[in-house]
Amino acid sequence: MNPAPYPHAARMSLRDVSVEFDGQMALRNVSFDVDAGTLMGVVGPNGAGKSTLFNAIAGLLPVRRGKVTLHRVDRRSGALAYVPQRESVNWRFPVTAMDVVMMGRCCRLGWCRRPGKRDRELVDACLYRVGLWDHRSALMTELSGGQRQRVFVARALTQEATVLLLDEAFSGVDAGAQEGLVEVLQTVRNEGRIVLLATHDLTNLAGRFDQVLCLNRHVCACGPPDEVFTSEVMEQLYGAHGVRLANDGEGGKRR
Amino acid sequence: MIEFFVAPLQYGFMVRALIGSVLVGVMCPLVGAYVVTRNLAFMGDALAHAVLPGMVLGFIVGINPAIAAVPTGVAVAVLVRIVSRRAGFSTDTSIGILFAAMFALGLAMLSLSTTIRVDMEDLLLGQLLAISPTDIYVSLGITTVVILGLFALHHWLLFASFDPVGSQVVGARANIVDYVLLVMLALVIVIGIQAAGVILVMAMLVTPAATAYLLVRRFVSMMMAAAAIGTAAAVTGLYISYHFNLPPGPAMTLVASGIFALAISFRRRVPA
Repeated sequence: MNPAPYPHAARMSLRDVSVEFDGQMALRNVSFDVDAGTLMGVVGPNGAGKSTLFNAIAGLLPVRRGKVTLHRVDRRSGALAYVPQRESVNWRFPVTAMDVVMMGRCCRLGWCRRPGKRDRELVDACLYRVGLWDHRSALMTELSGGQRQRVFVARALTQEATVLLLDEAFSGVDAGAQEGLVEVLQTVRNEGRIVLLATHDLTNLAGRFDQVLCLNRHVCACGPPDEVFTSEVMEQLYGAHGVRLANDGEGGKRR
Repeated sequence: MIEFFVAPLQYGFMVRALIGSVLVGVMCPLVGAYVVTRNLAFMGDALAHAVLPGMVLGFIVGINPAIAAVPTGVAVAVLVRIVSRRAGFSTDTSIGILFAAMFALGLAMLSLSTTIRVDMEDLLLGQLLAISPTDIYVSLGITTVVILGLFALHHWLLFASFDPVGSQVVGARANIVDYVLLVMLALVIVIGIQAAGVILVMAMLVTPAATAYLLVRRFVSMMMAAAAIGTAAAVTGLYISYHFNLPPGPAMTLVASGIFALAISFRRRVPA
């Protein structure tokens, strides 16, 4: 399943990680490993601690106990790209798709340097790659939910990130566009990058991930999609409703 | 018609006032573009009031009040961030506390001091027509620093303004960029206070940038349009004040507000 190793293959491992959020223990004893070239879906209901997990990995929240290890990932040089939830982006700020993708060059440029020809070429190439070349001059507010997510993926590519974290990536994205987004992420994964995508609604796309982490304040299950979606795990995640989903085969087993 | 523009310039104070109004008209809206798109208007208003103790101190020890206002503004800008982070209050609340405290400190210093006689109205409404050569040099110095800052940090400023969380992940730089923006805000407010005073500096900071937001698409064009509108409003206001014997601050404000009202009728964008 894993393709040839990426030149700077990253690896991520979490050991007994506990994280507090708003005075409550939002995550308890979370342990899992992710190898280079893995597309991992992080699923769980609202309030399951998916964002907390991402914030802890990204270094935005302190880890109370345990350890997050990112092998060969230097956050300062942009090796870790974070695509935030819709709500934490300032949509009032008028930037085009091209402007946003150029933001990925910030950490490579350092302080006072301005982007050069190479940076602009890379931005163009990444926009083309995610299929948004025709929309490069569109304002972010003029793009659909799925297109916005693809702009953020292009930004992660110009940032030369080896780890991508996409928080609630499917919210406000219709089914067809979700499929398109996953396809783009699969090509990104094929280069050896690690992609973690959090979503609260279990779509039939869950089967397209290499690994699925089922999270509800602790790890309920972690593994390939056709192994993790058992009735027992679904009940831990979503209660009785989850069991019905699993029995109906909507929990990712269809593919 | 030419007489209308040239006649006032036979006076030295009018030439200085014209230079001052161009600097205010360009600089306040350039930084104001960030103020409008990042909801920093209250912060700007607070900074304008909070530099009062610095200016009063300047009068007392006999240095140019604009020079004394610079460190005060910078200190308050940094304090607001620290208070809101440490005490866990919203930025609004922290601004409210510091804003009132600093303004009160300035008023107390003003009434306790027996050596200075400053007209409160001058502080509140600005004294563009009495602007000194030193004031102009201070404004030119600030202009150079802020333009260099805006240019050098442009992409970081865009990143931190559009996606605060994503930019923080990439490094602590995003945090520093936010501080630098607040410092630049404090600096242009010092230029603005000289011309329009503590209260009406808001008109130069917010109104031209808000007008530009309605008219153009991209952020960079918005900065340019805001600077053009700000300059037009400031210079027109100055001439109106000369010919119709009005104080310049209110005249500039009214022109800027008039342009804004026109823009609302012809806008391309509905604010998000």
